[in-house]
Parts: sequence; C-alpha cells; structure tokens
Amino acid sequence: MSDAKIEEREASLKGIGCSRRRTEDVRFIQGKGNYVDDVKLPGMLFGDFVRSPYGHARIKSIDASAALALPGVKAVLTAKDLKPLNLHYMPTLAGDVQAVLAEEKVLFQNQEVAFIVAEDRYIAADAAELVEVDYEALPVLVDPFRSMADDAPVLREDLAGKSVGAHGARKHHNHIFTWEIGDKAGTDKAFEQAEVTIKELISYQRVHPSPLETCACVASMDKIKGELTVYGTFQAPHVVRTVASLLSAIPEHKIHVIAPDIGGGFGNKVGVYPGYVCSIVASIVLGVPVKWVEDRMENLSATAFARDYHMTAELAATRDGKITGLRAHVLADHGAFDACADPTKWPAGFFNICTGSYDIPVAHVEVDGVYTNKAPGGVAYRCSFRVTEAAYMIERAMDILAKKLGMDPAELRMKNFIQPQQFPYQSALGWEYDSGDYPTAMKKAMEATRYAALRAEQKERRAAFARGETRELMGIGVAFFTEIVGAGPTRNCDILGVGMFDSCEIRIHPTGAAIARLGTKSQGQGHETTYAQILATEIGIPADDIMIEEGNTDTAPYGLGTYGSRSTPVAGAAAARVGRKIRDKAKKIAAHLLEVGEDDLDFEVDRFKVKGLPEKQKTMKEIAWAAYNNLPEGMEPGLEAVDYYDPPNMTYPFGAYICVVDIDADTGVTKVRRFYALDDCGTRINPMIIEGQVHGGLTEAFAIAMGQEIAYDANGNVMGASLMDFFVPTAVETPVWETDFTVTPSPHHPIGAKGVGESPNVGGVPAFSNAVNDAFAHLDVTHIQMPHDHWRTWKVCERLGLTA
Amino acid sequence: MAKTQIALTINGKQVEALVEPRTLLIHFLREQMLLTGAHIGCETTHCGACTVDMDGKSVKSCTVFAVQAEGAAITTIEGMAAPDGTLHALQEGFTAMHGLQCGFCTPGMIMRAHRLLQENPDPSEAEIRLGISGNLCRCTGYQNIVKAIRYAADKMNAAQKEAAE
Repeated sequence: MSDAKIEEREASLKGIGCSRRRTEDVRFIQGKGNYVDDVKLPGMLFGDFVRSPYGHARIKSIDASAALALPGVKAVLTAKDLKPLNLHYMPTLAGDVQAVLAEEKVLFQNQEVAFIVAEDRYIAADAAELVEVDYEALPVLVDPFRSMADDAPVLREDLAGKSVGAHGARKHHNHIFTWEIGDKAGTDKAFEQAEVTIKELISYQRVHPSPLETCACVASMDKIKGELTVYGTFQAPHVVRTVASLLSAIPEHKIHVIAPDIGGGFGNKVGVYPGYVCSIVASIVLGVPVKWVEDRMENLSATAFARDYHMTAELAATRDGKITGLRAHVLADHGAFDACADPTKWPAGFFNICTGSYDIPVAHVEVDGVYTNKAPGGVAYRCSFRVTEAAYMIERAMDILAKKLGMDPAELRMKNFIQPQQFPYQSALGWEYDSGDYPTAMKKAMEATRYAALRAEQKERRAAFARGETRELMGIGVAFFTEIVGAGPTRNCDILGVGMFDSCEIRIHPTGAAIARLGTKSQGQGHETTYAQILATEIGIPADDIMIEEGNTDTAPYGLGTYGSRSTPVAGAAAARVGRKIRDKAKKIAAHLLEVGEDDLDFEVDRFKVKGLPEKQKTMKEIAWAAYNNLPEGMEPGLEAVDYYDPPNMTYPFGAYICVVDIDADTGVTKVRRFYALDDCGTRINPMIIEGQVHGGLTEAFAIAMGQEIAYDANGNVMGASLMDFFVPTAVETPVWETDFTVTPSPHHPIGAKGVGESPNVGGVPAFSNAVNDAFAHLDVTHIQMPHDHWRTWKVCERLGLTA
Repeated sequence: MAKTQIALTINGKQVEALVEPRTLLIHFLREQMLLTGAHIGCETTHCGACTVDMDGKSVKSCTVFAVQAEGAAITTIEGMAAPDGTLHALQEGFTAMHGLQCGFCTPGMIMRAHRLLQENPDPSEAEIRLGISGNLCRCTGYQNIVKAIRYAADKMNAAQKEAAE
C-alpha cells in the first residue's frame, strides 16, 4: 500500500492537526442552540431578586406584603425562610461562607436581599419594586488599603471571634488570610547584595468576565420521585451536583444537573451563586420549576468579579541585567465574601508562577486577602488561577527593570530566560515547568515583527515629536509569558475535597460509530470538535463518526469541568488514554480475526496489519463489528472504555507577544498599529480553533488593558455596571491580530498538548500595558496603572506637559 | 394586565397573538412564538444578541415592544435557511470561517450582517466592522466574523452575477 494512500486515510479521519470545521456550528448558525434561558418547562415560574442599594447597611425590616398581594406572585423568600434550612449562607470554594440572602446586614451594593417567585419575569420585576426594606446605612469600606486600619469598620460580623480562617490566622477583623511562599531569608539577602533593584506598586484593577450570556438556571423538583433537576450555566456541572446534594441533603443520584449550551463563561460560571440556591429552594418549596436569569447589571455588579490585585513587585539584579531575586507582596481585595474560585489549598491561586519565564534563583511572595464592601468573586477571567495577575506583575516589572538598567526590554528577557536544556525546570517558588524553548520563540517574534527596525523607527519618531513634527507617541510592548494550566495533580489540587482529575468514556457501536462523554463542559471552545479529533487519531475511526457529549451529570463521567485551560491538558489526556484502551482491546480482536499473535500486528492509521503480510489486515470498523459477534475465547463483548486521568503535573504553555501602539498626545487616543502573538501550546489539535481562541483571548486582553474596570465610589456605589460603561470592544475598536506559533510538546501529556484558550489573555494584557508604558519610557514615567483608556492616557500626557 | 391583539408576519408566516402592551418583542418571540434563536444579552440595546430584521431594518428586539411590530414583517435566524434546509450564504460563511465560538451572539450577528449586505453588497473590511458595531461578541475578536461576512458577500455576488449572465 502506497504512502499516499495512508495520507488519504489519515486525512479522512480528521484527527489531530486538522483544521476541522466545528460540529457544534450547525445548530448555532440556525438558532437551534439550547441555552438555559431557552429551557421552558410546564408550569415554570420566574425568580428575581430584591437587591441592596447600599454598600454597607443594617437591615432593620423587610416587608413583602405588598409584593405578595400582587396577582401572579407566588412567594417571596428572605433569609428568615432560608435560615431554618441552614441555607441563608452557602459555602464558597475558598473556605468562606457567602450570604445567599442577606440576614442582618448587606455588605455590597446589589447584594441579594429577597427572592421573588412569580408567574413571569415582568410580574417578578414589578414585585421586587414593592418589597419594602428598611436599611440603616453603615460606614463603607471600599479601599483595600484601608481594610486593616485600626478604625476600619467591621464588615463580617458573622466571623466575630474567629481568629483563624480556612487558610490560617486572621490578623484583623477584615483580614481573610496571609499566604506565603518562597525563601524569605535568601531573598532578603539577594536584595541586600543587589547592584540594582526596582520596587513598584503594580495594580490590576477589578474587572469582570461578562460572557454574552449571563448566569441562569432552571430548578425543577419532582416531589413524587424526590428528584431535583437543575439546568444551569455551569462550567463545572458535576461539582455543582455534589454541592447541591451536600447542601440540600437530596441524595446525589437523585439530582440531575445539566449544563446545556453555554454562551461563554470565561470563569464567570464556575461558582455557585445565590440565584441558583434560591431557585432550587423555591422549586422544592413550591413543587414547580423555577427559572432565574440575571440581567447584565446584576451580572456585572453581583456575580464573580476578577483580579483586584495590588502587587508590590521588587526585582534585584546585577548591573549587566541578570536577575538575582524577586520579592512581592500582594494586597488582594476579595470583596465582602471570599468566593475566589481557586483549588482548596491555593488561596492565591497559582500566583507563585510570578517568576515567569525567567531563571530567578530566589524569590519570596506574600499575599494578604482582605474584605471590602464590594461584590464577592475573584474568579479566573480567562486565565488559570491568578496566573494573569502574576504574568502582568513580572512582565511590567521586567520593563521597569529594563528602563532602570538602560537595556532593551527584549534583550533583558533574552538574558534571563530559562534555557531549553534546563527543562524540566524547578522554579524558585515551587513549580516544575514541563517544557519550553523560550529563546527560539522570542527570536521568531522579534524577526517576524522586525523588532530592531521598530525600535529604530521609535527613536526617529521621538526625535520628530521633539521637533514638533508629529503629535503621536509610538510604543512597543513586549511580553513573554509562561502559563500554568491543567489543574491538576489531585495530590495538591482539589475543589471542595474532590480531586481535580478529569474523565472520558467511549462506546463504539457495532457499525464503528461512537459516542464519547467527558467530565468537562465547553462554553464555546469547540470541545465537540476537538475531542473527537483526539479520539479519531488514537482509535482510527473518523472524527465525523464520533459524537461528543458533556454537561449531563446523569450520563457523563465525573469530571471537574472547564476552566483554567484544563480541558485539553486533563480531559484531553483522558480521551487519548481511552483511545489507547480501545486500541489495546481492538488489537486482541484483530489478532483473533487474523489468527496471528498480537505481536505480529502493526497499527496503521485506521487498521491493524500483519507484519510482513500487509494484505492481511482488519480495519477498526471491521473490528468494531467483530466486538459484538466474534471475539476471542473469554473476552467480554463490546468496545467501550473509560479513563479517569490524574495528571502528574500541570502544563506550561508560553508565548511571545509584541504590540505596537501610536498615542495621540492631545487626546490620549491609542491606536493599536500591530499586534503579533506567538503561542506555544505544545501539540496543536485543531489550528483553526487555536487561532480563534487566540483572537478571542487577545480581544479580552485588549478590553482589560485598555478600558475595563468595575470601580466603586466612596459610598460603595458600583460605577458603570452596564455595557454603556463597562468596556466591551466592538469590531471597530478591536485590532487585527497576527498569530504565529512554535511547538514544544508537553513531555508528560499523552499527546503533548498544553492548552491555549487563556494564554492570549495572560500574555496580551502585559503586552498592551507595556506598549502604552513604553510610549512614555523616554520621559519621567515608571509605571502607569491600567486601564489605559484614552482619558487616563491623556492625563499622563497632560502631566508630562505633552499636550498642545 | 389587559392584552392587545397583534397581527404580523414572522419568517413568512402570518401570526396573530395576544400580548401585554409592555411585552418586549424579544420576549414575545422567545416565549410566545418559541423562536429562541434571538438571545438576550443585556436588555439595554448594547449587545445586539436580540437583533432581528423588521420591515427591512435591523432592530434590537429588546428595545421594541411587541405591539410596535403590529403589521410588520419580521425575519429571525430561524427564517434564514431555505425551506429545503439549504443554509444561507451567511450561515455557511460563519461556519466556514470559524466566525463563532459559543454561538450566543451568532443569530443576532447573522441577522445584522444579512441587513448590512442588503444595504451594501460589497462592503470593505472597515465597512463591515462599522456595520456590525452594534453587535458584541466576547469570543471571536470579530476577525473571523468579518471574514465570514466577506465570504457571504462574495458568494452572494457571484450567484447574482451568474444569474444576470
């Protein structure tokens, strides 16, 4: 058989490496997706919240009588109703509790106070207006730097007397935890001996993932069968079912959690929110289905902010630019409840990836989490847990150090990279980087963008600006990031005690067509397409013949869900392994059918062939049929396998990004002239989907760096929790993206893949911010805080006397 | 609340229904007509997920009362494919160019692009970007949406040229 024929057969599988069109598209382009708000059950009621107008206030009374008198209103739940069920508070992923409905106090504006259940969403909204809540305003705390002041108001009265929290000692009534890692003495010594040091407060503002579909659920209690069905916007449906069982005392097998199509998640849909709990309680009480869908303002102001990290970064270095130490202190604003979505043992996520892509011999990091009168959250908005904060800090710090040393930022990075031969690399803060070739990636990025020419142009343009020939400032942003994704080894990563493995199960039917189910849940990443490609290559049946299902906890094997770029590293690995299990059994069947020993067989694309006798062969399709009627003696029929994969390590995708901006000194308007992104995510499963993920992640990075902010005024009013104020770029503002890649496979992943969805957000934010800062690098500017919107940038120009 | 009778055409079909005067078109379409293709992303006219075509204009159906659609001809995403199931050039373009990820903005985006190509059958990239700037997408970064619309424009123009020859 000729090689060309093999290639044809390989192509027909549409396996790993193929830019296969997405199988899920067919329903979405015809309006036939099935999102939570599309779920309509007989007799379904609609829930809506009464929310606090205050940032901090005591609730003196709640009078729901007028609301209850409104025709069509079925119930009004308050904390008084939930308390006997012990559901007025719910546990958070971070070991704290969060009020489901406020009992004695409200702690942030738009906090949930009462839950209306009515015949339709209009009546529910009307009724919410009729609930009379009498508040006594209390002093508001919005500045995290004031949280631990002696005279700071006590926010969490429910924690009175608790000097120890889930992550150790609390040193103040508004303190949540201190998390410390690294070699303090060694780091202090490195700084004492350093020839050059920098120290800068680098803040990463509060932002919000704001997927286009807000959070929603439909809870339906069947009182006869004692079964609860919950449709919801869940990135981690299996964990939701476990939590629902623990909270409700309904046995887990009688809870059916279904995550249907999800309209984007970006971390927003990992946690459990009061709307879910209230819908479930209402359905249990009323015995009919209850739907809750948050509106955009509720989404932006109440569910799951991200970032709000205030990082004091220090680098120690030699005069010629070799970094000798890193020290960082982070003040983490967690809002009113610590509802961070992090693995249990990681209160600051994987922030200790903050040594970045550099061979830094010693480091020490301390994170203090504090309460403020702001919405809870702290989710990983399109990044692994606190990884984008870490990448932002080190990448800004590198530029600040470069400026101090008078070195080019790219040169400083090249000088300090972990070298290819150092992998697996043990970082000073405890991680084992699996693989990487940073110098190659950086050089490729610099050549592709003609970096040296860009710097020469910048020099000329600065001179031209000085001569008054142009009003534009040119900035070049360099960022080189290393991500840590694919949590994770169950030995150190769990969510509420459940280890962070993931799973894949496959059944191959007699005709050779198959259904595979996984423990993750796509929110737009294209899992139905890419998982089938992994299975196609591993098993040798066409991807088009494999249907992928996720999100139904009744049918899918248990998994921890999709976030932190863990689908490909963990569930994708399970898919590869399940394919190998199938192939192992198929080989035994083939040997039986061909009457040879297993060792006499070679696998080739989609079939087994007898060594030396290539005409004697059995295709996987033939083997699938035989699995149901002609098996070796004693072998059980069928062709099925399941794999629960506990990764030995996380994966470490990386990339080199270069951004060029032109800033109008008179208006602050910043134009992105060029953005080049090189990503290395190891083995590439579907290049088309990877490119799409990079485009989307870069656009979110652009939004964050250039405009997004959930700000609060001094009274705790959330400013701009609508799409009028919160920056979501349109097609007009969004730059054109250039993508590129290198391939450095992960040595421990079955197919060498690392995950990519979040890399562009992690690398993109520092690239934009470095570009804006770089535009002013020749002037009296060390660090400009994000977001770099036009007004803020104009203020910088004004301060520097650059405006006309 | 007292209801008002309305009569309109949706995807070529005559429809009569009773609605509250305050019922928004998007809720009427989704909850009474069971056409759940158009989505709700903001309810404040910013995101465009609810975009449908009404009497030859793109409208954000979260900002139109159902009663305002009295006598109107409305096309939703469900009315875009041919009756025999053949996809519209835009639907084909969106999948061919990977112009969608989560799919939530897609129906509104396609309906807006549909009207855009009626208004300007041969738009430049800048014209496409401006033309869809009332529709937000959080997943794709728009680059492939622009390509998808351009794909459809080329296909539709080629078909028209062929028909004219």
